[in-house]
Amino acid sequence: MLSFLASIGAMFLAFLAATGRIVLFTGQAIAAGATPPYYPRLLLRQIVNIGYFSLPVVGLTAIFTGMVLALQSYTGFSRFNAEGAVATVVVLSMTRELGPVIAGLMVAGRVGAAMAAEIGTMRVTDQIDALTTLSTDPLRYLVLPRLVAGLLTLPALVLVADIIGVFGGYLVGTYKLGFAPHSYLQRTQDYLETMDVVSGLIKAGVFGFIVALMGCYHGYHSRGGAEGVGQATTHAVVSASILILVANYLLTAALFAR
Amino acid sequence: MSGVNRPKIAVRGLKKSFGPKRVLDGVDIDCGAGESLVIIGGSGTGKSVFVKCILGLLRPDAGSIRIDGEETVGLGRAARERLMRKFGMLFQGSALFDSLPVWENVAFGLIQGRGMERTRARDIAMEKLAAVGLGAEVGELRPAELSGGMQKRVALARAIAAEPEIIFFDEPTTGLDPIMADVINHLIVKCVRGLGATAISITHDMTSVRKIADRVAMLHKGRIIWQGPTAEIDASDNPFVDQFVHGRAEGPIAMEVRAG
Repeated sequence: MLSFLASIGAMFLAFLAATGRIVLFTGQAIAAGATPPYYPRLLLRQIVNIGYFSLPVVGLTAIFTGMVLALQSYTGFSRFNAEGAVATVVVLSMTRELGPVIAGLMVAGRVGAAMAAEIGTMRVTDQIDALTTLSTDPLRYLVLPRLVAGLLTLPALVLVADIIGVFGGYLVGTYKLGFAPHSYLQRTQDYLETMDVVSGLIKAGVFGFIVALMGCYHGYHSRGGAEGVGQATTHAVVSASILILVANYLLTAALFAR
Repeated sequence: MSGVNRPKIAVRGLKKSFGPKRVLDGVDIDCGAGESLVIIGGSGTGKSVFVKCILGLLRPDAGSIRIDGEETVGLGRAARERLMRKFGMLFQGSALFDSLPVWENVAFGLIQGRGMERTRARDIAMEKLAAVGLGAEVGELRPAELSGGMQKRVALARAIAAEPEIIFFDEPTTGLDPIMADVINHLIVKCVRGLGATAISITHDMTSVRKIADRVAMLHKGRIIWQGPTAEIDASDNPFVDQFVHGRAEGPIAMEVRAG
């Protein structure tokens, strides 16, 4: 019994230590950005990498999510003659929840893993130490542009995902479920408020930051050659995915608190 | 290269542990301006840790490291970045940046570290590549397209590009064939002498030691157990040094390995 309690205590202490390390790492990276030099070319490269190159995967996921959402909500609402709410449910679900969460998870898998692998490889091949010896702060050069790019780019990506997801619902609603196109679009607009979209974009910014932070943190602290880089990549994706879902609940509770 | 007069680098009581494992246990050593000091020692004796402590890549647990008389342990971020301008480093695995062409690797410290304009930095990079025997066409290649020997040359060009006062060489000839190793040794001597720089190298390669060192120190169990001019290394009268220099399996180092 005591050993069971001790192992729970040890796990809790390890969790606190890891949280502390991540907070310190974040603080150091942000502090590094307080003084020049800055690297706008690297920032632009990361924005293109996170945003532009994630468009296909996020777009595909969003369109099918919107389509399934229309089908499922139709199935449910038709049981109490509320089929007319399908368009509203699709647009609210996409903008408030599914757009940011699905884009965040997809980017975590695509970009977070790549960041952890790239920075992790740089760590185990001494390239990060080499940066330091060349009078270049690795946090400022490698980490900060990725954090800023994640923060700025995911909202833009989510805006596109929202539009594509709603379009997916529209396709199913009009071609398969028999809604009139004009009526479907009208329903989509009628109950949509600015805050629905804005709250999704705020979430997206936070999720983008989380994805980049986990990718950079796990890559930066990887050890032990190829195996260590592999572990860093896995940890980056898993931790970013969990944190996105936790942050999603906390942000939803904060943004829609009555 | 001159002998020790006023120490360029003065290390006193340097200690560093990783968990329960004490790697450096009170290292005391000086290196004079313009001197080439080579640290020898078996694998895992803390040679790389010693160099990383001087470079500020690792924080020592205790001790003092003075560069030009200035204490460097515990320096802040800005002061450390300024100090780094005195240093050049050739890493064991070259540590070239995969994502950049060769010339930009060489010019990296000039462009990013010192804010030099790219075209001027590129010209200097090409000069340094020529100094290590590489043509301008190599400058456009990626590091992955180069052989191990060429990567070492590029790493050497990068280490000397900003004309540092102090250059560190970590196992500069490891993994190279004897001829390429001799070429690298020759280039190290030429470049260090040309710059008038102070050099600290760590190596297992005794051929390399004899070629590049003014003075040799042996690190064992976290301490400097012998140091002296290169010419005296064969008559050190130290059984550890004698065993290491002659590469014998039998001797105090092997006995301790077995005992451990």
